[in-house]
Amino acid sequence: MKPPPFDYVVATSLDQAIDLVSSDEDAKFIAGGQSLIPLLSLRFARPTLLVDISRLSVLRGVRSVADALNIGASTRHADIERLPVVRECAPLLSAAAGWVAHAQIRNRGTFGGAVAHSDSAAEFPAALLAMGATIVTRSSSGERRIPSTQFFGAHFQTALQHGELVVAVEVPTADRFSRWGFSEFARRKGDYAIGGAAVSARLNEDGECTSVRAGLIAAGPGPTSAEGLEETLVGHLVDESAVDAAVAQCERSLSPESNVHGSKEYRRAVVAESLRRALHQAFDLGGTQDERRSA
Amino acid sequence: MKTHVTVNGEGYERDVEPRMLLSDFLRHELGLTGTNVGCEHGVCGSCTVLLDGEPVRSCTMLAVQSDRRRLTTVEGLACEENLHGLQEAFTACHGLQCGFCTPGMLMTLLPIYNEARRLTDDEIRDAISGNLCRCTGYQQIVESARKALDEAADLAEFGADAEG
Ligand SMILES: Cc1cc2nc3c(=O)[nH]c(=O)nc-3n(C[C@H](O)[C@H](O)[C@H](O)COP(=O)(O)OP(=O)(O)OC[C@H]3O[C@@H](n4cnc5c(N)ncnc54)[C@H](O)[C@@H]3O)c2cc1C
Ligand code: FES
Ligand code: FES
Repeated sequence: MKPPPFDYVVATSLDQAIDLVSSDEDAKFIAGGQSLIPLLSLRFARPTLLVDISRLSVLRGVRSVADALNIGASTRHADIERLPVVRECAPLLSAAAGWVAHAQIRNRGTFGGAVAHSDSAAEFPAALLAMGATIVTRSSSGERRIPSTQFFGAHFQTALQHGELVVAVEVPTADRFSRWGFSEFARRKGDYAIGGAAVSARLNEDGECTSVRAGLIAAGPGPTSAEGLEETLVGHLVDESAVDAAVAQCERSLSPESNVHGSKEYRRAVVAESLRRALHQAFDLGGTQDERRSA
Repeated sequence: MKTHVTVNGEGYERDVEPRMLLSDFLRHELGLTGTNVGCEHGVCGSCTVLLDGEPVRSCTMLAVQSDRRRLTTVEGLACEENLHGLQEAFTACHGLQCGFCTPGMLMTLLPIYNEARRLTDDEIRDAISGNLCRCTGYQQIVESARKALDEAADLAEFGADAEG
């Protein structure tokens, strides 16, 4: 298995990278290469030109801006997992990063690459949907700020135009009212998920839920937002029966496809159980560990 | 495309086609065939090498992407006739049968060994979760890793005591 021939340019500026890809419809950016190179080797992708953005320092770094954390596209999965500023300000992302592929892949794969790749079974898109993140992009027609709910589509599609680059992602900074939960099931830690969920919520001084959102992993043809959680949970002191009701309602709207990992019924149950566990973790309810649903 | 890499402390410059995978570069251009190639799409871990000290899969990297970077392959482990501590432990605990996965296992564990981190069996299993072995059933690999990592940690603690 060898990649087909292509030209390769190491970009020295953002504009040059964008120009090169924009002017050739078969050109592609390459970042960590952890999704693209396997696709080349399997000959599922046949680009004429690869423009390597991994040496652009403007895409690196994580910084606080107002009440958000701005994470550069080239930040590697391993950095999201370990950097103290991410662990403190975006703990859901750090937790999710530990589940993205294996250590060797996390040392190369980039956050921006995972966002642009937009796999329905990937952890970061689900976490970004839960957090209400904003994707910052650049193209020859300028900068765009795209809400995560408008960014991710079905079957690896995103709001990105050809030649448009993910520059950074902004996530709201966690404070003392923020809560999060993450749960995933895969056959082997590091493999793509069979199902999973990322939850982000806020409480008020009285402990009542003021907002809650969840991103679901491997729950449909693309990264998926959980439906109906707000109606059931906002305005309440969330308890186990409220969580059960919210999960049951959400489960009905899910339509994962059957595949080698299981039938659609099984996969729907795995996603729903992951959501239940992630909500339990977020609202600090009992039984998050290894507890099986009796139904 | 001109590519300059340092492998196991030695500098190499080669003119390579952009599509050449790093794993093929090491094996075919440099003759370093210790790095094994199993799946060639990032799943099995047998091609693991260190890039600037961190484990990466050499089959999911282009050789040209390693320009001006530092690589370590399994050939860089033993010095002269002395096996590396990890290799000694794999020998002592029967951590290999056919040996195909072994270079990848060793290179994955090497940074942990160098940091002298003591891991539990669960943490060891997590650390090698990206490396497939078709022979051993993993038990002896976990034992080998535990022996090597414990020895490295003992040595580091002994050294710290001696200095203190
Ligand atoms: C065995 C294996 C298991 C894996 N398991 C998981 C897993 O469990 N969960 C998971 O989430 N991922 C998993 N991955 C994929 C991994 O996370 C990739 O790192 C990630 O999907 C892509 O990031 P990258 O930097 O490697 O991008 P690349 O492979 O370089 O690029 C991927 C795509 O995104 C485009 N692109 C890259 N960067 C940008 C940018 N800044 N702007 C616009 N377009 C861009 C490229 O043109 C390409 O089309 C796995 C990969 C392998 C090989
Ligand atoms: S050969 Fe590289 S991961 Fe299998
Ligand atoms: S010893 Fe044969 S594959 Fe591991």
